[in-house]
Amino acid sequence: MHASLSDFLADIVQNSIEAEASLIEITVDEGIKTIECTVVDNGKGMSEEVRKRVSDPFYTDGVKHTRRKVGLGIPFLIQAVEACGGNFDLQSKKGEGTHVFFSFLLDHIDCPPLGNLATAFVALLSYGGTYQMMIKRKLTTFDQTEMYELDRLQLLDVLGDMHTSGNLQLLKTYVESFEAAVQEIRNPMG
Amino acid sequence: MAKMTLEQLRELRDRKKSELQKRDIEGKDIQIIIGMGTCGIAAGAKTVLDAFLAELDAHHLEHVAVTQTGCMGLCYVEPTVEVISPNMPPVIYGKVDATVAKSIVEEHVMNNKMVSDHVFDRPSADIIKDGGK
Repeated sequence: MHASLSDFLADIVQNSIEAEASLIEITVDEGIKTIECTVVDNGKGMSEEVRKRVSDPFYTDGVKHTRRKVGLGIPFLIQAVEACGGNFDLQSKKGEGTHVFFSFLLDHIDCPPLGNLATAFVALLSYGGTYQMMIKRKLTTFDQTEMYELDRLQLLDVLGDMHTSGNLQLLKTYVESFEAAVQEIRNPMG
Repeated sequence: MAKMTLEQLRELRDRKKSELQKRDIEGKDIQIIIGMGTCGIAAGAKTVLDAFLAELDAHHLEHVAVTQTGCMGLCYVEPTVEVISPNMPPVIYGKVDATVAKSIVEEHVMNNKMVSDHVFDRPSADIIKDGGK
């Protein structure tokens, strides 16, 4: 089981990358009571039969690890969501893509902490490949809203590559500056 | 911290690039591959990624390739990290945390010395002290 919401997100988005999506859209919308995430991709998708089975931890398509009998990414997420009164929804069409939605009740005692969202975004943006990834992050407090967007291909164009240590560190500084601005409205006094 | 603009990012990138061209390109053939499967993430692979970036930055190693992969089949010793470096056999390190990441950068990457206590795969077993346990 993952320790933070960022870990759940990082895990689930990898499915889109591995489904050979060319476009992945991620939204992380945090309010006062709930945090809602969507991951939409145009990857290879899955049939209705497979879709019904992915919530079973003992189901895997056996492609990535031929001898393995488990697939834990989605089951872990469902378990965590159910433990704190959130919601999970997965829709998919074979050949067209997949749409994942999940939410957590932030004031539930079993809600995992947010974790390091900036590093999660850096990790997801820098996974190898030519896919486009759009990340929209938003935080709404009782009187303010702050948000930012990250565009993978635009960042790749600026940086040149996203796998050398120097560039990754720059990318991290960049994403952290946005996430810090979002976090700032959480405690305007401090 | 004020929000950075894309232009500022581009400027920083260009400045770093010109600084680097003056120096020898250190570490450009070195690859650090971090296992980011479900098991890796659950065990703290993101903290490890952060630690590697910070440590490489501290030593001004800008050209090391830091990439991610899925599960390497060693879920029991996650987080796992594979280091491929010239003059050294490819090594998979296990049970890596921020401290171990620092040792890997300072010993393996910079001084061609394995961090024996955390070697879990690749070099033949007799190189590994105590079987790597």
